[in-house]
Amino acid sequence: MFGYYLDLALRSLRRNKVLTTLMILALALGIGASITTLTVLTLLSGDPLPQKSSQLFYPQVDPYPKDRPFSRSGEKVPWLLSYVDAMNLIHAHKAERQAAVALSQVKLTPQVQGEKSFYADGVLTTADFFPMFDTPFQYGAGWTAADDESRAQVAVIAGFVNDKLFGGANSVGRMIRIEDHDFRIIGVLGRWAPQPRFYALHLGGRNYGKGEAVFLPLQGARAADVMPSMMMSYGPSSDMQHLETSQSIWLGLWVQLPGAADVSAYKLFLGNYAQQQVALGRFQQSRVALSDLMSWLRDQQVVPDDVRLQAGLAFGFLLICVVNTVGLLLAKCLRRSREIGVRRALGASRGAIFAQFLVEAGVIGLAGGVLGLLFVLLGLWGIRHQPAPYASLALLDVQMFVFTFVVALVASLIAGLLPAWRACVVAPAPQLKAA
Amino acid sequence: MMLQIKPILSALRRHKAGALLIGLQIALTLAIVCNALFIIQQRVAHLSAPSGIDEANLLVIQNDWANKWTTQETDVQVRTDLVALRQLPGVHDAVASNAYPMRGSGWDQFITLTPDQTTPTGDASVYLGDEHFLDTLGVRLVAGRNFRPDEVHPIGNRENVMSPVTIVTKTLADKLFPDGEALGKSIYAMTSTPTVIVGIVDVLQTQSLANWQMKHAYESLIWPLRAASGTGIYYILRAKPGQLAAVRKEAVKTLYAQNRMRIINNDGGVLDYTQIRQRAYDSDYGMAILMGIVCAVLLAITAAGIVGLTSFWVSQRRKQIGVRRALGATRGDILGYFMTENLLISLGGVLLGVVLAIAMNLWLVTRFEMHRLSMFYVLAGVLLLLLLGQGAVLAPAIRASKVSPVEATRSV
Repeated sequence: MFGYYLDLALRSLRRNKVLTTLMILALALGIGASITTLTVLTLLSGDPLPQKSSQLFYPQVDPYPKDRPFSRSGEKVPWLLSYVDAMNLIHAHKAERQAAVALSQVKLTPQVQGEKSFYADGVLTTADFFPMFDTPFQYGAGWTAADDESRAQVAVIAGFVNDKLFGGANSVGRMIRIEDHDFRIIGVLGRWAPQPRFYALHLGGRNYGKGEAVFLPLQGARAADVMPSMMMSYGPSSDMQHLETSQSIWLGLWVQLPGAADVSAYKLFLGNYAQQQVALGRFQQSRVALSDLMSWLRDQQVVPDDVRLQAGLAFGFLLICVVNTVGLLLAKCLRRSREIGVRRALGASRGAIFAQFLVEAGVIGLAGGVLGLLFVLLGLWGIRHQPAPYASLALLDVQMFVFTFVVALVASLIAGLLPAWRACVVAPAPQLKAA
Repeated sequence: MMLQIKPILSALRRHKAGALLIGLQIALTLAIVCNALFIIQQRVAHLSAPSGIDEANLLVIQNDWANKWTTQETDVQVRTDLVALRQLPGVHDAVASNAYPMRGSGWDQFITLTPDQTTPTGDASVYLGDEHFLDTLGVRLVAGRNFRPDEVHPIGNRENVMSPVTIVTKTLADKLFPDGEALGKSIYAMTSTPTVIVGIVDVLQTQSLANWQMKHAYESLIWPLRAASGTGIYYILRAKPGQLAAVRKEAVKTLYAQNRMRIINNDGGVLDYTQIRQRAYDSDYGMAILMGIVCAVLLAITAAGIVGLTSFWVSQRRKQIGVRRALGATRGDILGYFMTENLLISLGGVLLGVVLAIAMNLWLVTRFEMHRLSMFYVLAGVLLLLLLGQGAVLAPAIRASKVSPVEATRSV
């Protein structure tokens, strides 16, 4: 039966080519726009570390004075920590792993004669960064907590830096000159660039894009006078020469808490810590926050507004295309009342007529889906050639490929429902009489 | 024509679904087109905001040092560089600064009127430069005076130098002192040391153009400090008219001739204001163009939908049209009938559309911090869609008017 309906649908669509083209084109444009923007949206709001994100948490405390709060409304807890608070929380060892993070622009000087110095993105962090975030190593490994304490001048470099400076060879043990100090390379990372770059939020870097070039131990790098990119002061003694003791926030802290019990225990610890600091007179408020990775990204609205706006708009566009298709299909089927009357008189049931018209709508949907896919590829190609930091991520994955056809079929079947229903309630007798 | 409305309404009742669908499509299109046009206008207004500087002749060179120097050593080199740059034949003037207008992000400083005030009165974009700053950027001094050479001091990395004098923009001056008496007054930049306003300039765009900055648009100040830091010095050059390309070629060569130990990025290290504008407003351009395309495609689809449905109605009613023609209706009557029918449907559609457009805008206001839709865009959208409907219905209506009265006698 399905084959017969398909044949009828194709005949009917061929009979009015302009209209068929119009319906398919409109649907394809709607699909193209909505799937393109949806692809970008899902890429940007994706989980940067799917295997780990539920265990990663971002603690915050509030060292700001009450009369000069961090945010104008006074509601937001400061995004970053001061050095003292970050170190206190790390040294308490209340989580399975913990790492403080700051970003920096660092000057790299190649040891080869004639090669020019250049600036690269760097991460200043502590030992647990690598095991906590499951960073893949090509050669060597990260540093230890002991290296942190001894202010060791060691470095982990990204694969692309290793390719550039050492031709991809194992460079562990070689020296690299950073900000006019020699650092010993102890590890080379493989490809690692989680998107969004959750650990970089509010640290003065980009939220998307390729990963950093070098990773340095926080204390060792500070001993070499490497400065963080982002620093906000909350009090008068915010001397930039002595960041470690200054009243300024410039570090993000991540902790790994494997179970629900660990989370509630850490919350308790964090609350107690803040109260203790209030008692010591360091804090005026004992407000704290502990967000898991995904809610941290959501609360900080890491996805650009423009991208969300475009996605919303694209689905409005698709809705109009569907309404348009409903109208045209309806007109078409009402015009075929006579043909329906004949088919009904010859014994076709209402269900059969209904199915026949839905098949016709489905064929349009499928064709719209194929053409829409072309528009999606075109749209993503366009986005990849834009200067946005997330541009290179805009690729179609298998899920979205399948989803394109699902959306196309569902949209066209919804569009076909009303016309098909109207067709199947046509009374055969008057139609035959009129003929 | 008005006499026809009653029969049209009773005819519409016979194809309710089609009429409703066209109305709905017009309503949705109106809602989206109004808001899209409004977004385009906002973005275009944002990117055509004046900068107050001589953009056509300006060149910005980002200079970093390859070796580690003290502030004094850096300052000596910066002064040597500036002398060399100012001597170039095509160069009108040059200055070393920490930033340039429309850079994208930069140094902004809360400003208060008293040292112990907790909520700041203004938030100023901070520029550093010597007495050549105003002349180099082509900023117009409207009151007071320029810096004197003896007021200029070097400032190194992370040094906290508070200058006793400053030049502010008119916008900042008016914000701080609404009575218009800003000249000679002291202001505070979150420290207890005052800085006195000695000059007021007309317009100087801020470094950041981000949304949060909009409350403080055009609030800029200049301190007589010569940037002498290890990273991120910007040499701003103003070329003599028509000499920008020549200066662009010579400037970097000249700098390297002074000292090779510097880093000037091949890609993006030297920018003119066409490039800076493009960088600063890229997302605005992109959004405006995208919205334009969306509007055009939506209008085309809606028009095509109207043509399609009306064509069907015409062919469905050929016999009735023939009867009407046989009974004395003119071609104009038939044309008018379909035009009026479309106008009625469109009016219903735009009525619903206005409600949808406002609802959509309210949603955008809460979710995306957009402005309230001005009624002008709603009216423009309404007019646009009514015209579109009339335009789209014209071809099928003309075809209907050409139906011969003979049709009435056929296939009876």
